Amino acid sequence: MARTIQSLERAAAVLRLLAGGERRLGLSDIASAIGLAKATTHGLLRTLQQEGFVEQDVHSGKYQLGAELLRLGNSYLDVHELRARALVWTDDLARSSGESAYLGVLHQRGVLIVHHVFRPDDSRQVLEVGAMQPLHSTALGKVLAAYDPVAHNEVMEDAFPAITERTVTDPAEFEKGLEEVRSRGWASDLGETWDGVASIAAPILDRRKMPVGAVGITGAVERMQQGGTLHARLVAAVRDCARSVSRDLGAGRF
Amino acid sequence: MTDRHDADLSSAPRQYVAAIDQGTTSSRCIVFDHDGRIVSVDQKEHEQIFPKPGWVEHNAAEIWTNVQEVVAGALEKAQITKEQVQAIGITNQRETTLLWDRTTGEPVHNAIVWQDTRTDALCRELGRNVGQDRFRRETGLPLSSYFAGPKIRWLLDNVEGLRERAERGDILFGTMDSWVIWNLTGGPDGGVHVTDVTNASRTLLMSLRSMEWDERICASIGVPTAVLPEIRSSAEVYGTAKGGALDGVPVASALGDQQAALFGQTCFEVGEAKSTYGTGTFLLMNTGNEAINSYAGLITTVGYRIGDQAPVYALEGSIAVTGALVQWMRDQMGLINSAAEIETLALTVEDNGGAYFVPAFSGLFAPYWRSDARGVIAGLTRYVTKAHIARAVLEATAWQTREIVDAMKKDSGVELTALKVDGGMTSNNLLMQNISDFLDAPVVRPMVSETTCLGAAYAAGLAVGFWSGTDELRANWRRAAEWNPQMDPAARDREYQFWLKAVQRTMGWLDETD
Repeated sequence: MARTIQSLERAAAVLRLLAGGERRLGLSDIASAIGLAKATTHGLLRTLQQEGFVEQDVHSGKYQLGAELLRLGNSYLDVHELRARALVWTDDLARSSGESAYLGVLHQRGVLIVHHVFRPDDSRQVLEVGAMQPLHSTALGKVLAAYDPVAHNEVMEDAFPAITERTVTDPAEFEKGLEEVRSRGWASDLGETWDGVASIAAPILDRRKMPVGAVGITGAVERMQQGGTLHARLVAAVRDCARSVSRDLGAGRF
Repeated sequence: MTDRHDADLSSAPRQYVAAIDQGTTSSRCIVFDHDGRIVSVDQKEHEQIFPKPGWVEHNAAEIWTNVQEVVAGALEKAQITKEQVQAIGITNQRETTLLWDRTTGEPVHNAIVWQDTRTDALCRELGRNVGQDRFRRETGLPLSSYFAGPKIRWLLDNVEGLRERAERGDILFGTMDSWVIWNLTGGPDGGVHVTDVTNASRTLLMSLRSMEWDERICASIGVPTAVLPEIRSSAEVYGTAKGGALDGVPVASALGDQQAALFGQTCFEVGEAKSTYGTGTFLLMNTGNEAINSYAGLITTVGYRIGDQAPVYALEGSIAVTGALVQWMRDQMGLINSAAEIETLALTVEDNGGAYFVPAFSGLFAPYWRSDARGVIAGLTRYVTKAHIARAVLEATAWQTREIVDAMKKDSGVELTALKVDGGMTSNNLLMQNISDFLDAPVVRPMVSETTCLGAAYAAGLAVGFWSGTDELRANWRRAAEWNPQMDPAARDREYQFWLKAVQRTMGWLDETD
């Protein structure tokens, strides 16, 4: 077995955390996300900064990827690549669940819908690709907030407006909900964004277990629930789909 | 992709239909359930043999071995027995030509693949003073190296002693459907030697109106009729499988791949059309029971024929370079890292910045057929960035679709109501929107992307009564996404004029050579 260098592994973990769209993280966020002491993390960041791989914002003091790294090649997962890889799985999800399927990624402090498969019932539906959904009330948003530290940061910094009567507006209660999401591996939205509409979502992870997006289904509460709980069959379908897409990404070259 | 979410309420074992897709790069078998959902897939690639520039061959024995393996593999993955398979259907790469010995079952030569251009000179010679339209009225096709007839002639001329053996009746010809069916049904031991109307319509040897081999044309091209298979419908029981994983299962459909996609997309009404966006693109429109001669550069072909019902014809237009242009941007230009990134790059700008890209890399195909044309990027100014070029790349596919749809309208007088799309490029949202905008018609993507296999399964299932009729199949069709036109009509007309001007600028680039 070849020997590995721990500090390089840690530096790589920092870079991966910062990789992506417009991501800025503070020292303590980074330290807790990769599970290191602040002092150690600061050392890593200073070295990376010297190399040009990381830059520090003068006003907020937060860190982001440096120009040097971007020059090495844009290695982040392209959302259109994500859609292309998710296509067959999300078709199958819509078909097996009988509900519409969505793929969302973090974008400008919200969830950007990058793929949408119609509910398979021949009713008139409009393609929602490009639409934005809130982070704090939707199943897709909760998944992102639970698994992606940047999304978590953003949602906790923002207000929690009540969109419906059922929206969770207390940050502490929301945070508790995220713990549950992490422990069971999926999130739900029961009329918290749209009255009478429920959603289930699960995380899509790349081969480094970094969250790259969320996949889920949305439908009428009456169809999605039975006796006050979501159909286990639907939860399983969503999680199967998320696992399949994740597996597909793991086989890729990024 | 095994799926067992649905509760199985009845105690009887569930019933399925299997489809074999003998394609250009691989052979696949997919098992479908009664709802048209995929239960399992197995796939195996085969070798591409390039003996000389422009020549492409396949080893037919390897292909038959692979077909047997993927059939067994798909049944195993589905965890079903052959008793649960009601029928097996076949779809295949079209025009690829094979001759084999009827007694031994041995191919006499590698199969000559549809892309192979070795018969270019022969086709020009066969055109005599008339040119490439010599057999068009009878067959619907131009004389081109794609089609099977001239490939048979080449084999008879170039394999030692083959013509004599063929004339004695020892040799059988088939496209890959015939080869697979003959072997499935017993091979030298009583295998049935048949082809379906769609595959026969790509040989240049079949009369489109009578659905029979045209003896005059066979004589002109130099193909003895003794080698030819019996022409049957696309959906009927040709025989039952003998031995192997499917022993005893009815072999009940054959359709060329593009026709199978038309069937799988349930384009059963006049004016319904499908377009498959891959490396190149094939657009087929159902024209009903009438074979429409094309004067606008399209091909007239058989769409399908169900049992003893009247045949359904189609107009076909193909675009040589669609996905291939995106690959070129990635591999030759290095402007993107993956094909999907073309959309990301294109979306960084609002429009094409005045740039138009006509990818006439090997001349212009439908509806122009100009071999002297070469690609151009027109309308360049200093304002134009790589993102504008990315837009122009996607728009090129959309405008070429529009040109084929216009040609179809001109030939048939039928207005396209909606375009059903499939193939890898349907994951490109911007492209799908562009196509809808440029056609001024809805573009719809079905939920089962494997429309080719689905079409073969549907035809086989109809033949054995697994499905009651085309209405039931249509009810199985599910819309996964729909794009509607959002473009201002004046802008559409203006940009189409620019596109047509750019196309004009590709022509006459090469000096007239033969």
